[in-house]
Parts: sequence; structure tokens; C-alpha cells
Amino acid sequence: MKAVLDLIIGDPHADRAVPPTGLTARLTVFAACVMAFLAVIALALSLSAGRVADRWADDLAQSATLRLPADPAQADALLLSALEVLQTTPGVASARALSPQEQQALLEPWFGPDLPLDTLPIPQLVEVIADDTGYDAAGLRARLSGQVPGAVLDDHSNWREPLLAAASRVRLIGWCVILLIGAVVAAMITLAAQASLNANAQVIRVLRLVGARDVYIARAFVRRFTLRAGLGAVGGVILGLLALQLIPQDEDVGGLLTNIGFQGAGWLWPLVIPPLSAIVAFVATRAAAFARLKEQT
Amino acid sequence: MIELDKVSYGYGGTALFSQLSLSLAPGSFHFLTGPSGAGKTTLLRLCYADLLAMGGQVRLFGQDAAQLDRDAVALARRRIGVVHQDCQFLDHLSVAENIALPLTVANRANEAAGNLEELLTWVGLGPQAGQLPPELSGGERQRAALARAVIMSPDVIIADEPTGNVDWDMAQRLLTLLVELNKMGKAVLIATHDMNMIRSLKSDVQASVLRLKDGQLTQAGAAL
Ligand SMILES: Nc1ncnc2c1ncn2[C@@H]1O[C@H](COP(=O)(O)OP(=O)(O)OP(=O)(O)O)[C@@H](O)[C@H]1O
Ligand SMILES: [Mg+2]
Repeated sequence: MKAVLDLIIGDPHADRAVPPTGLTARLTVFAACVMAFLAVIALALSLSAGRVADRWADDLAQSATLRLPADPAQADALLLSALEVLQTTPGVASARALSPQEQQALLEPWFGPDLPLDTLPIPQLVEVIADDTGYDAAGLRARLSGQVPGAVLDDHSNWREPLLAAASRVRLIGWCVILLIGAVVAAMITLAAQASLNANAQVIRVLRLVGARDVYIARAFVRRFTLRAGLGAVGGVILGLLALQLIPQDEDVGGLLTNIGFQGAGWLWPLVIPPLSAIVAFVATRAAAFARLKEQT
Repeated sequence: MIELDKVSYGYGGTALFSQLSLSLAPGSFHFLTGPSGAGKTTLLRLCYADLLAMGGQVRLFGQDAAQLDRDAVALARRRIGVVHQDCQFLDHLSVAENIALPLTVANRANEAAGNLEELLTWVGLGPQAGQLPPELSGGERQRAALARAVIMSPDVIIADEPTGNVDWDMAQRLLTLLVELNKMGKAVLIATHDMNMIRSLKSDVQASVLRLKDGQLTQAGAAL
């Protein structure tokens, strides 16, 4: 902790020993800023994909729909035997036939409000809610096919699974992007530090000849690049969060696109970016400085 | 304090000198003369571990220079004040800050205050204290370099042509400073071409005059 404080406060003498460099400094800040911006976006995508995947998994795993054949003559008998099967199935919390009004509401978006439902052969829908343990879908289908011919159980798994797989891929790729951004920051800071060390070869030589230890010389460089990378990243994070505010948010729609952003503890993640950027710069500059100093007597 | 024991060195495969021995004891005063290109600067650089001997051994304060790690070299250099032939400074710092640099890098900047004033006056750089090194004349640079070499009150003072660009009076003044330090027990080694300067000091100090030529180091005292 003291070392961190020392680094931030700095030794004014050691700092002055190395002349300030305009362009490298500005480029380093700029690069750290851009990388932090990209990291915020990748992070938001990754966390949002995770959230959406979790919600789909929760919502959909709990509910399924049973569709009975549209046969007006047998409708009531079919519904009765279907409900009986469902109620005796372990793992099913409740089963309820949708009322004509509810069915009409479901169809309204496609056919308008004036659909004469009672004159059309509409399949009866039954909403099946699973309890926490869940039921055996394959076993239930087998029993239904014996006792309620023509009934179709849709537990949404055929479209849910690819979506869940896609969401978890998006999450994984997001984390990979963040790792890559960290690697690029390390590479860029190393290059910038090497450029700065080379530009100051004469300064380093004079300092060595008057008895400066390597840590003394290295510290001046390490401090600069650490602060620049940290400050640049703060700017990048702020810009990234502002950019996320430009995406319209809508919880209810429930898709990935309208949910990109941070929620709850997720807000802590962007705060981690500037210190991480500073740590990467610290390690990279230190390595570059000591490697360079070794070549000097 | 600094001992060269059968040391050899050369650039690019050709030996400049070999089997060369020299000992800088506390309170000793040496002049190193010899033709240009004989290897005087090279010999001095071996003395502060800027170059490492190719053969033989250089001992700094009793330790083999070849065995010292980088921090140990830095610490040894704080006990050796050096005036380089091509006096190099940090061009973005003032003359005063440059002279105090050895104290600064040793984290002893607070000790600079009193000494610095006195030293600046002695080498006649009072008015130039706030200037930047590139604004100094050749002689002023040499004076600043000498001030920087002695500010730490080092045990050994090594000077490479310290009076090449200054007039006779200033040269005498600078040498008086070195003689005073020598009387305090510091070892002094000065490389120079200037025989008149050596003669002028004969009465003040018990100096040994060495001559480096064709890879041989000989006592030249008799020649004066
Ligand atoms: N870094 C180097 N690389 C190759 N050759 C060098 C190097 N430094 C010096 N030399 C050569 O070594 C020889 C001795 O150089 P050195 O500087 O020690 O001479 P000197 O006695 O100090 O000369 P002067 O009196 O002109 O300062 C010279 O011939 C020089 O060309
Ligand atoms: Mg020379």
C-alpha cells in the first residue's frame, strides 16, 4: 500500500530527472482511453448477455404450453383427460386451460380484435407451470400421446437452447475481447516506454554515472506511464458509460439489444478498469525499463 | 581505494594496454599524461566501472569491479567524483540542479543547500546557477562538471582534462580546490596534457606523474 502511495505521490526529484515528453505522453493517454472505452462496451455486452441468458433460462424452464387438437366435438373430453394427466405428473405445479379471452388476446396481434373465435376451430391451449424440481418432459409426452391423442407439449426447449448457447458464446467472446484489450494495452505501453527510454538514453547515462541506482531511474518512467494509463482509462470508462446511455433501455422487451448496460453489482466492473490499466502499465514499463538499463554500464 | 592489477583493455580486438597496474591510495595525487589516443580516458573509465577490464582485476574499495552488481556499482560511484572529458549534463535541469545531481540521486538532496552556494562561488558559476547547461561556454561546463564531481565529498576524484578549456588563473583556482581536497585525504587522479600545470603544482603537492604510452605506464617524475 505504501509503495502504491509512493508511486502516486512520487519523488519530485526523480521525476524531474527525466525530461517531460509531450507526444508519447499524449499518445499513451489517448490509447489507454480508447482501450478502456472498448473494454467498457465489451464488458457491458458480456454482462448483458449473461443476464438475458439467465432470465430466459429461468422464465422459460418454468412454463410450457400444451396444445390440444381443434376438434369441437371432443374438446371438453380431451381437456379433462389432459388436465388429469398433468395433475398427476410429478414436477408440474399447476395446469390451467387458457380462457377464450386469453386465447383471443394471444391471436389479436395477428388477426385484429374482431376475430370470431367461437366460430373457428382454434386449438385449446393449456398453460403448464413446473415447480422448482421440474418434470420429465419426455415421459410426459409419452403419457399424453397415449391418453390425449394429438396433444402437443411445447416446452420451448427447441428454440431456447440455441438462444442460450448463443448468449453464453457472446458472454465468452466478451471476456476474450477484454483479455485481448489488456494484452494490447501491455504491448502499446511497452512500445511507448521503450521509445521514451531510447529518447532519454543520454539522460540515463548521466544518471548512472553520477551514481543513480536502476530503481531510481526506472521509477521516473514507471510512474509516468502508470499514471497516464490510469488517467486515460478513467476518461475511457466515463466515455464508455456515456455511450451506453445512448442505447434505449427497456427491461420489459427482454431482448439483448435493449438491455445492454450495467446493473447492480455489475456497476463495480467498470470501476476496475482504470486500476487494471494502471497495473498493466506498471508491469510493462518496469520490465521495459530494467531490460533497457541492463544494457547500460 | 582503487586498484588496477595487471589490467588489460582494448577496442575491437586490438589491445590498448595490458598488464597495467596502478593503485590510488587515500591521500595520493596522480597525474596521468600521454599522447592523445594513448588510452588515458579508457584507463579512467576502468576506474569507475564504466568499462570492465578484459584481463586482470580492477578493485573498487576492495571489491572486484567485475563481481559487483548494478546497485553496488551505483553505490561505488557515489564515492568517486568524476569530471568526464565530454562533460555531459541533464540539459533540462539548471546548472545548480545538475551540480547537486549526485546528492539528489542518492536521496540526500537536502544536504545540498549550504555546500552548493559555496561551491558555485568557488568555481565562479554563481551568476550562471539558474541557466541551462547548453547555455554555458566550454570552460563553464568544465567548472560545473568539477563542482558536480566534488559535491558529494567523494573518497576519490578522477578528472579527465578538467582544465582544457579554462584560462590559466581559473585552472589554478580549480587545481587549488583539488589540492585542498587531497589534503583532506581524498585520492586524486588527473589526466592532462598540460605540463605547465603539473609543474606549477609541484611545490604544493606530493604528486606522482604517470605517463601512458604504447600500452606502458611509467613514472615520469624524473622528466620534469
Ligand atoms: N568506444 C570506443 N570504441 C572504439 N575505439 C575507441 C573507443 N573509445 C576510444 N577508442 C580508441 O581507443 C584509443 C584510446 O582512446 P582514449 O579516449 O582512451 O585516448 P586518450 O588517451 O584519452 O586520448 P585524448 O588525450 O585525446 O583524450 C583511441 O585510439 C580511440 O580511438
Ligand atoms: Mg581522453
